[in-house]
Amino acid sequence: QCNPLNPLVLSEYLIHAFFCVMFLCAAEWLTLGLNMPLLAYHIWRYMSRPVMSGPGLYDPTTIMNADILAYCQKEGWCKLAFYLLAFFYYLYGMIYVLVSS
Amino acid sequence: MSAPAESPHPAASARISPKLGGATASGAATPAGPGPAPHQQNGPAQSQMQVPSGYGVHPQNYIAPSGHYPQGPGKMTSLPLDSQCGDYYSGLYTVPTQNVVTPNTANQQPGAQHMYGRGPSAPHIVGSTPGSFQGATSPTLHLHTSAAQRYSHFVNHYSSPAMYSANSSVASQGFPSTCAHYAMSTVSTAAYPSVSYPSLPAGDPYGQQMFTSQNAPTVRPLRENSFSDHSTAISHPSPLPPPPSHQYHQPQSLSGCSTLSWSASGLPSTQHNIVRNHTGSLATANSNSTNTVTDSLSCPVMQNVQPLKSSPVVSTVLSGASSTRTPPAANRPVEPVASVTQPSELLQQKGVDSSSTTSSASPMPNSYDALEGGSYPDMLSSSASSPAPDPAPEPDPAPAPAPASSAPQPSKMTKPFGYGYPTLQPGYQNATAPPNSGVPPSSPGYSGFQPYAQQYPGMNQLSSGLGGLSLQSSPQPESLRPINLTQERNILPVTPVWAPVPNLNLDLKKLNCSPDSFRCTLTNIPQTQALLNKAKLPLGLLLHPFRDLTQLPVITSNTIVRCRSCRTYINPFVSFIDQRRWKCNLCYRVNDVPEEFMYNPLTRSYGEPHKRPEVQNSTVEFIASSDYMLRPPQPAVYLFVLDVSHNAVEAGYLTILCQSLLENLDKLPGDSRTRIGFMTFDSTIHFYNLQEGLSQPQMLIVSDIDDVFLPTPDSLLVNLYESKELIKDLLNALPNMFTNTRETHSALGPALQAAFKLMSPTGGRVSVFQTQLPSLGAGLLQSREDPNQRSSTKVVQHLGPATDFYKKLALDCSGQQTAVDLFLLSSQYSDLASLACMSKYSAGCIYYYPSFHYTHNPSQAEKLQKDLKRYLTRKIGFEAVMRIRCTKGLSMHTFHGNFFVRSTDLLSLANINPDAGFAVQLSIEENLTDTSLVCFQTALLYTSSKGERRIRVHTLCLPVVSSLADVYAGVDVQAAICLLANMAVDRSVSSSLSDARDALVNAVVDSLSAYGSMVSNLQHSALIAPSSLKLFPLYVLALLKQKAFRTGTSTRLDDRVYAMCQIKCQPLVHLMKMIHPNLYRIDRLTDEGAIHVNDKVVPQPPLQKLSAEKLTREGAFLMDCGSVFYIWIGKSCDNHFIEDVLGYPNFASIPQKMTHLPELDTLSSERARSFITWLRDNRPLSPILHVVKDESPAKTEFFQHLIEDRTEAAFSYYEFLLHIQHQICK
Repeated sequence: QCNPLNPLVLSEYLIHAFFCVMFLCAAEWLTLGLNMPLLAYHIWRYMSRPVMSGPGLYDPTTIMNADILAYCQKEGWCKLAFYLLAFFYYLYGMIYVLVSS
Repeated sequence: MSAPAESPHPAASARISPKLGGATASGAATPAGPGPAPHQQNGPAQSQMQVPSGYGVHPQNYIAPSGHYPQGPGKMTSLPLDSQCGDYYSGLYTVPTQNVVTPNTANQQPGAQHMYGRGPSAPHIVGSTPGSFQGATSPTLHLHTSAAQRYSHFVNHYSSPAMYSANSSVASQGFPSTCAHYAMSTVSTAAYPSVSYPSLPAGDPYGQQMFTSQNAPTVRPLRENSFSDHSTAISHPSPLPPPPSHQYHQPQSLSGCSTLSWSASGLPSTQHNIVRNHTGSLATANSNSTNTVTDSLSCPVMQNVQPLKSSPVVSTVLSGASSTRTPPAANRPVEPVASVTQPSELLQQKGVDSSSTTSSASPMPNSYDALEGGSYPDMLSSSASSPAPDPAPEPDPAPAPAPASSAPQPSKMTKPFGYGYPTLQPGYQNATAPPNSGVPPSSPGYSGFQPYAQQYPGMNQLSSGLGGLSLQSSPQPESLRPINLTQERNILPVTPVWAPVPNLNLDLKKLNCSPDSFRCTLTNIPQTQALLNKAKLPLGLLLHPFRDLTQLPVITSNTIVRCRSCRTYINPFVSFIDQRRWKCNLCYRVNDVPEEFMYNPLTRSYGEPHKRPEVQNSTVEFIASSDYMLRPPQPAVYLFVLDVSHNAVEAGYLTILCQSLLENLDKLPGDSRTRIGFMTFDSTIHFYNLQEGLSQPQMLIVSDIDDVFLPTPDSLLVNLYESKELIKDLLNALPNMFTNTRETHSALGPALQAAFKLMSPTGGRVSVFQTQLPSLGAGLLQSREDPNQRSSTKVVQHLGPATDFYKKLALDCSGQQTAVDLFLLSSQYSDLASLACMSKYSAGCIYYYPSFHYTHNPSQAEKLQKDLKRYLTRKIGFEAVMRIRCTKGLSMHTFHGNFFVRSTDLLSLANINPDAGFAVQLSIEENLTDTSLVCFQTALLYTSSKGERRIRVHTLCLPVVSSLADVYAGVDVQAAICLLANMAVDRSVSSSLSDARDALVNAVVDSLSAYGSMVSNLQHSALIAPSSLKLFPLYVLALLKQKAFRTGTSTRLDDRVYAMCQIKCQPLVHLMKMIHPNLYRIDRLTDEGAIHVNDKVVPQPPLQKLSAEKLTREGAFLMDCGSVFYIWIGKSCDNHFIEDVLGYPNFASIPQKMTHLPELDTLSSERARSFITWLRDNRPLSPILHVVKDESPAKTEFFQHLIEDRTEAAFSYYEFLLHIQHQICK
């Protein structure tokens, strides 16, 4: 049930971590600061995931419980919003840098 | 009296209304009876109003009214009151007369009115309608004028509604409720018109109420409304002119109340009497008493009245209760009154009539109760004995007509549902009862009231009186009776606790699903989530869908009628709009009735869709067509996977299993396609080729456990009938095949993978027998238990699985319609927490036999044997899915049990067995304000062992309530506890055990403190619980001392986890025994109250509380813990008993280990054995019997079940209560 979804979780987290590392290298402290909470959340979330052998986060036996499902959905929407805003912020930052240079 | 009575019923409404009380009432009244209301009227009205409000609000109010009346007489619960009440019936009637007679001095009049009011109130109390009576009376008195008449009209109306509602109840009220109703209706209608609008409005409200009455809460409100109406009626007049009077009255009433209450204390007994009379419907006594009372009251008016009507009236009333006679009597008095009051109003005459009717109405109140009672009777509850039921017959007829008459007014004609519970609390009632005769200006009802509440102990009498009052007619009050937990020593009833019956009307109640299959923690569903949150109670369902049923209508039909949008199956709670259309009760869509459904196969008649069995039974089974199949129905397939390592051979379970299988081979459920297979494993996996034609079974060994394959996929699962001889050969040989094995490893994981491969083409059931920790291949487990931590009070770890191998395997199995049942027979830690996953998610079941050994532990061996017999022969359903639907606005959010949740409301069950129970948590997503009923439907689609696709449908219907009191009144404590236990298991796995324990305690603390704050604003020094919740703390304490949740006592991890699994998947009845064992004294069994089962006499000893104080050395006690029976023999137990039942000469010669009762040919032995057999019947786990001698080492096991006692690590019951109280006060 969660088969298509579970492998994507770790890749999302890795991509996000990769961005953070890049910001760190670029000494973009503000941007990095904005991303740190999410990074910490990802780490915490993955540490407290249910017992499972494969990668991933979602346990097919509990995911259909309304409260867990609702939580995961809410989490998804929030992150979508965050990524969208971040995308435009990065875009703005890039253009700003390009223009100013 | 009346107050109490009412209060109980409408308690909730009362509370609610009370608050609104005056205002709403007045408002209502105004609309209703805007007409001209003289001051006097107002006055009366006010008084009436007050009374109603009082009712609605609190007993206090009641009291107050009574006080007003006067104060009488009041409600005075005291004797006088009683007398009044008694008279009252008559009194009301009489009242008018009195009024007529003694309209003279205002003061006196008020007094008289009060008296009357009281009188009425008393009736009210008796019936629910007292209010109306009061109102009627008071109106009459006050009004004398037309207003009074109006009032009376109103009253009548009210009463009539009451009547209506009552109709169902019929009851003792007797009143002639029907007559009254009829009269009422006619009169009222007439009267209303005449009276005019006011009355009409009133009628409407009340009519609505009536209708609304369906919902208990609504009903209450209605009453309140009615009261209010009365009041309003009064107020109407008053509103226009005399607000002041209201105030005035109110104060009086308040004072009166207080005074009354106080005085009442003295009088209670009389009140009780009165009440009883009312309830009892024995008017005569009442009348007498009333007379006396009135005398005592000494109000001139009263006396007059009494003489006039009381005796005759009362008597009539009493008799009348049964018949319509009373009405006439009432009418007579009334009429005179009317004439006296205002001849001018012809209508009023009617009104008078109506008033008379009202008087009848006053009965109505009774009827109200009766109504409720009517429903109640069914309720069984405490009032079971109540005569009230009698009324029922009459009520039924009455209701119909009444509604009809009233129907026009209220837009909602909903059928009368169950009555609201009387919300008032006993305390209130008491308060009301007490009203003093004197006019009591001073203390507010509150003050009076509070004292009562506080005086609780004294309350007992009151409450008993109350009980007496309401007793016969309505249990409901009973369910709300506040109980001081810390002072109630014997909280446990002597008879088993039955499920509360939803407060529905009789018709629906009859149709409703049996509580054995379907229970809800709240039999009154709160209207909003906010209300639910306020009540702090869990809302959920407990299901036992595949229970063995003795009667099950099976329907074969080409079209299974279902709602087109939500796919609900047609059920008894849908409404037929006309012959061709029905309205879904879950989504409210209007559907067509298919042509085929018009024909009723049972009666062979056409055009009666509502008589079809689907619509007459809430539990039905459909034979499904091919639309309900994804593939052709599968055959029954059984695979046994057996551990044959050294450990297993040593334990010797193979002998027992093979023996059981040989015995039950022909009884395995299935048809000619049934297939069966065997696998064994140690460090390798052995398959058995049983293909027909072989001369003997062929064993194939696969040693490549890392990549398991099936050697001969086609011949491992064979047809049971074609290869029967081979199978028997194998079963005979198996126990001896591995006797010399030295293999100690166990490759369970690979064996399960092989089993999955073998089963995946068909699906079916895999039975796994495991005796140790899996130590090879996939799914190997480590020992995680630290024995030193067993009695730790802090952290219990490893309640969750160590690996998800078994879970994933279970999900794969579930996808292929295969269920895995686990039999764990181990003497050492086997990590059940991980192993159990294979059954949990594939809808299997789990059996655990700690320390199993076929010779060293014969009781376990015997248990395994019996369990296997049941396991092999019980019904089974394959490839099942279960869907639970509920009325729009409710949603399910968490499921408990063994299954896989495929979507938010669909449970996938590879197998379903009759011993599986489920629990569902619910939440209220949308307000249920526009509906008075909610329904839940579970549909279980399965393939029977005969290869038929079937759908078993259960439908449960519950009322919706809007008041907190009603919610409390409808709590099903056992269901709530089971749901809480399920939630606590989840919590301990996902969080920690101590969290779960805290949550359990908090559940009690929250709900009791919420209730406490609802009951009063007082700082209570006592721990008060409604009677419906009185067992809540006890059960929670039992849960805390249950193996699953206890701390501080040495508990092996596997035992703990097994207890948790049991909690998750046992049906409620069995779970309750596990949580709170039943203790019986069996050395003095008698045939008293015995029941007959299959020609056997089964004695029914009373339940004892689980405390060592109940154990006497002279006795012998049987404790029924669900899966274990203990018989504890006291040291100085009667030698006759030991000899007759146990077969030993004296205590000293009883052996330490004794697991059977010998079949002795003595009466006491026969009794004891038939009792034990009866207890054993139909248990999924056949209980083993332990005879425990006092002094034997085994006695600690017995004593740990005495949950009311203190242990080193846990509270005693009393300490626990104090702890809770402390928490609440914090």
